[in-house]
Amino acid sequence: MEFRFHGRGGQGVVTASQLLVASAFKVGLWGQSIPMFGAERRGAPVEAYARISNTPIRRHSQVYRPDVVAVFDPKIMEVVDVLRGLKPNGIILLNSPEGKFEHGFEGFRVYCVDATGIAVKLGLYFAGFPAVNTAIVGALARVIGILPLEAVLETISSIWSGKVGELNAEAAKLAYNSIGGV
Amino acid sequence: MARTEILTGNYAVAYGAKLSRVQVISAYPITPQTSIVEKLDEFVESGELDARYVRVESEHSAMAACIGAAATGARAFTATSSHGLMYMSELVWWAGLGKFPLVMAVVCRALAPPWSIWSEHNDVLAHRDSGWIIFFAEDNQEVLDLIIQSYRICEDERVLQPVMVALDAFILSHTSTPVSIPEQSDVDGYLPPPGSRRKPFILDIENPLTHGNLTYPEYFMEFRYEIEKSMNSARRVIVEAGRRYGEITGRYYDSLVEDYRCSDADVVLVNVGSSSGDAKEAVDLLRDEGYRVGLLKLRAIRPFPFEDLRRICDGKRYIGVFDRNYSFGYGGILHCEVSSALSGIKVPVQGFVGGLGGRDVTVDNYVNIFKTLIDMADRGVEPKPPLWVGLREVV
Repeated sequence: MEFRFHGRGGQGVVTASQLLVASAFKVGLWGQSIPMFGAERRGAPVEAYARISNTPIRRHSQVYRPDVVAVFDPKIMEVVDVLRGLKPNGIILLNSPEGKFEHGFEGFRVYCVDATGIAVKLGLYFAGFPAVNTAIVGALARVIGILPLEAVLETISSIWSGKVGELNAEAAKLAYNSIGGV
Repeated sequence: MARTEILTGNYAVAYGAKLSRVQVISAYPITPQTSIVEKLDEFVESGELDARYVRVESEHSAMAACIGAAATGARAFTATSSHGLMYMSELVWWAGLGKFPLVMAVVCRALAPPWSIWSEHNDVLAHRDSGWIIFFAEDNQEVLDLIIQSYRICEDERVLQPVMVALDAFILSHTSTPVSIPEQSDVDGYLPPPGSRRKPFILDIENPLTHGNLTYPEYFMEFRYEIEKSMNSARRVIVEAGRRYGEITGRYYDSLVEDYRCSDADVVLVNVGSSSGDAKEAVDLLRDEGYRVGLLKLRAIRPFPFEDLRRICDGKRYIGVFDRNYSFGYGGILHCEVSSALSGIKVPVQGFVGGLGGRDVTVDNYVNIFKTLIDMADRGVEPKPPLWVGLREVV
């Protein structure tokens, strides 16, 4: 299963990719988290990729035909073609209050998570901006169906200790449970 | 028990160095330095690794400090990349030509201009004649495994030459995958005790000696010949070290090359580094379609695996070589070497160049390369000048 993450510099896109792979590893899956580095600035569009599989992954090229696309900031869709290469009936997860994006995604499975709302509600900020990445990964676990929430929570608590860990775990949990109709 | 963690290639290097119980780490912490030395600094700072961390003022000094440490018998390590390696260059040669056993990780990146931070192999290959053993890793597991094996190889009395472990920038250095980390006690049993080396010489104030002094022509060539003898011995030592490593980890690296489905292949592609896995997938796809193709991955390019290459390529219909580097006015560097190594064997060799400055190399690229080779074999055509893979229209 191949993933592409679209976000903005500072939104924790690379961390989300790593978190997904580390969580998958906890349930016995192999994974690969691929950041794309360039001359990023805070706020500029950035991408990261990930692969998870039952067997070790040999390829190291970038992801061109993702099964899943996660969009951290829907406004990015004005400048980036987030559907590029997405497989037919592929999953697109948008950080947005539910139901806001119903058109333009025919042939794909669209899910919305209010990751920003969750981060704001929990007071979860990174460098002054809502930290949405743990909520996105929680939601991803729900929509891809092969990753138990517990694996994500366990990974989060192994990365961040104390209050920060608790808030991030809570964000992932709220996001996971906010998605219906999977 | 070994444990598995999700590591970047950079951290895999750092864990490899830590498990090898390096005693001196010298580094210049500025771009293009990597998180390798940051992680090692953490290990030293936290007390997990008992080593002297020397923060120098340039890569040139980083290698000088490693040479000094190795001259006392200490186990030394540094890491660099692209322009850092070029700045270090004079001392890289000093380490190789002076037979200083030490290990350096090089995150391969393109040299500027135009400015780039992405992968290309010219930085390492510019040092291919410097007396270093040079490995290219395919994945993060091989990165960690190679660092540990490299200390056993470089400190072996039959070798006593430094070792470079090359890993592709970002594709390995910043990509996270599961990596099995051996038990410290297993590595302790695998490597000689750190600091126990006494050859080729160690600095000792009780028994002063000079090293590297002015040498007149009537003795100079013998110094060079000694290095060549070490390189020849290294072929066997690398195989022994890889085999023994397999006994403690289950991961055997008992050849200078990896032969992937070559034995009954008509067409074989020679490759190094991180794109070898993508090439293997292309081999599998084409095999399913009935094409008899194989991949020959060179793990070591110094010493050069002449015998393996000649044995595997003999009798094939066509050989391809994929170079993530370029020698302007000639072609791919490995293409040059492979062609030369195969002289006397009647097999045409076609060069391919790609992946420069981090241009992505895909399974589709390799499928096309293999199909091109099959087509050239079927039509019986002579090799052409190097074919540039994935080149845009020239603007």
